Amino acid sequence: MTAPVKEPPASVRPTSFFTIPSNASCHDGVTTGGVLPGAVLTMSRWMTTLGALACAAIVVGVLALHFGAQPIAFGEIVRLLIGAVAMGAGTDDVADVTRTILEQVRLPRVLLGFLVGCSLASVGVALQALLRNPLADPYVLGVSSGAALGAAVGVLLGVGTTFLAAAALPACGFAGALMALVVVYRMATDYDRLPIHSLLLAGVILNAIFTALIMFITSIMDPNRAYGMMAWLMGAITAPTYGHLLGLSVYLGIGLFLLLSQMRVLNVLALGEDSARALGIDTERTKRVLFVLAALITGAVVSISGMIGFIGMVVPHAVRLIVGADHRLLLPASALVGGTFLMGADTVARTLLSPAEIPVGIITALTGGPFFIYLLLWRKDRLA
Amino acid sequence: MNGFSDRRSDASLMADSIGAIMPSDAYNVQFIRFRYPARESQDGRWILDGVSFQVQAGEVLGVVGPNGSGKTSLLKVLARGLSPQEGRISLFGQNLASMTQQDVACVVGVVPQDTQQLFPFTVAETVIMGRFPHRPRGRWTGGFGWESHQDIEIAEQAMMTMDIGHVAHRAVTDLSGGERQRVLIARALGQTPKVLLLDEPTAFLDLQHQVEICSLLRRLKEERGLTVVLVSHDLNLVGQYCDRILLLDNGQVVRLGRPEEVIEPDVLERVYGCRVLVDQHPVSGLPRVTMPGRCLSGGT
Repeated sequence: MTAPVKEPPASVRPTSFFTIPSNASCHDGVTTGGVLPGAVLTMSRWMTTLGALACAAIVVGVLALHFGAQPIAFGEIVRLLIGAVAMGAGTDDVADVTRTILEQVRLPRVLLGFLVGCSLASVGVALQALLRNPLADPYVLGVSSGAALGAAVGVLLGVGTTFLAAAALPACGFAGALMALVVVYRMATDYDRLPIHSLLLAGVILNAIFTALIMFITSIMDPNRAYGMMAWLMGAITAPTYGHLLGLSVYLGIGLFLLLSQMRVLNVLALGEDSARALGIDTERTKRVLFVLAALITGAVVSISGMIGFIGMVVPHAVRLIVGADHRLLLPASALVGGTFLMGADTVARTLLSPAEIPVGIITALTGGPFFIYLLLWRKDRLA
Repeated sequence: MNGFSDRRSDASLMADSIGAIMPSDAYNVQFIRFRYPARESQDGRWILDGVSFQVQAGEVLGVVGPNGSGKTSLLKVLARGLSPQEGRISLFGQNLASMTQQDVACVVGVVPQDTQQLFPFTVAETVIMGRFPHRPRGRWTGGFGWESHQDIEIAEQAMMTMDIGHVAHRAVTDLSGGERQRVLIARALGQTPKVLLLDEPTAFLDLQHQVEICSLLRRLKEERGLTVVLVSHDLNLVGQYCDRILLLDNGQVVRLGRPEEVIEPDVLERVYGCRVLVDQHPVSGLPRVTMPGRCLSGGT
């Protein structure tokens, strides 16, 4: 509780004990007009930051298309992409194999990686503001494993084999994720307060239970399907069909758009529930909406790519350090960075031991886990 | 409890006969009862048990009482953060329960008890969030959109008033408790409210800032006709700076009146359970409370 270092203005310094200052803190020369524009988010900073991040995403995307078991020359990538946009004109000179690899394998995979990364990072941002906890992340809180359980139950019941698979599995994941979020929130809430550590503890317990249930489901499946399930659980980006990609994009598009429409609300919620109410937010209703959105996005992502951890925590944290806490910039910037990061991680996952592949979830966990430990150990004072 | 219900019916009759609410009242609180939803740890007692009072527009009202007397809950009820189970509150003649949270936030600024900030918003960003209730209304305006020039001007003014212009760029997480408190008040002023509700506004402040904030509240009242309701533990502060004082005990109003009517040794002893000295402030003539010190420490 130190007083500001600034010399108190004369009007405030009582000349004697009984003089009550009549015009305290009404003085000139401390604040000059126009301080604010530099200290708050402006449209131009918003545009520049997001523009730069979008360019970075495109560069990384092209690199991801280039690397692989068989590298594709950049010139060909550009020609093929332009050709694809221009409906096949002038691409005859590129070998058919290359073209198939690019169009059917690498491009959908890179796009999926971007979408998944985007979504996980955005959900992470939303959960952190909503739960007032910089360590929140769908993976850590058990929301991902809830979604995975939902999807696994769906697979067990045979939903995955119906023609509705593209729509039904994300719905199962959504149900599981929503259940997990509600339970974790209920477990951790303590009279309007959300102690950070009890939230994490609730997540750990929930994770353990859900993982056990998923293991149980896996053990009663026939071994061939069980292997595929394990690979999926570890978090894997596999080349989807364009139909799947489209189905997922619809889910995520709606979810992300609705999330983006809550950016200023997230700002206010991040101040704490008392403050949010004081600033005119119907906190109960808003929380419900945001929980449903977070569960929707997580469920859809997990049902396609399994449990890819820590992106939702690491990316928003790093981005916040650089662009500041205003969610109008933080949310879209985290989405772009998350997408870029996962595209990169997936490229590493499929080229590091090429032709073998490592599940990308292992890469993200190996980068994110240590970061989590760092936050927990070295920034404890901030989180208490 | 029997006595209570009698009193309530009497008073309801009285309220009916009075009819319309006086326009000069900022708040008209009638017989509110509030308790938290039943929990095993709580015995389900009423936190606020039949509280009635008026807050006149443009007055500074201090709410005092022992720990657990319901002061903070009362403030939350006034801000519509908690809804009383019984009774009625009107805010400038409008029924509080039928207003939306956003409507209330355009009229009432709240300075909550200081909580640790986790996210590194800059001071300026925090203050300008006070403009949030005044955003254009519409379905999609929760997320998109920027503060107008007017919003920025108002926030700048609020920051100047609270003397935090020099820390505008700093993150709220790096501020001292006193600075953070002033940021919260600036944010509430940024709401351009007619009523300001403060919960222990001076709890974290050193003497200089206590004096500064209290005189500032007086000044806001005099210059802008702001109505102020402040909850505090500090009887002296409330006695010196408030027009009227509401003394709560066990969720009920013990006294409501000018400082000299409320700050009386017998009343305070009954409520707080300890003997204190009350004399007059040498300059203002208002009552002043002193702890008994060594000479009276044995009690009464």
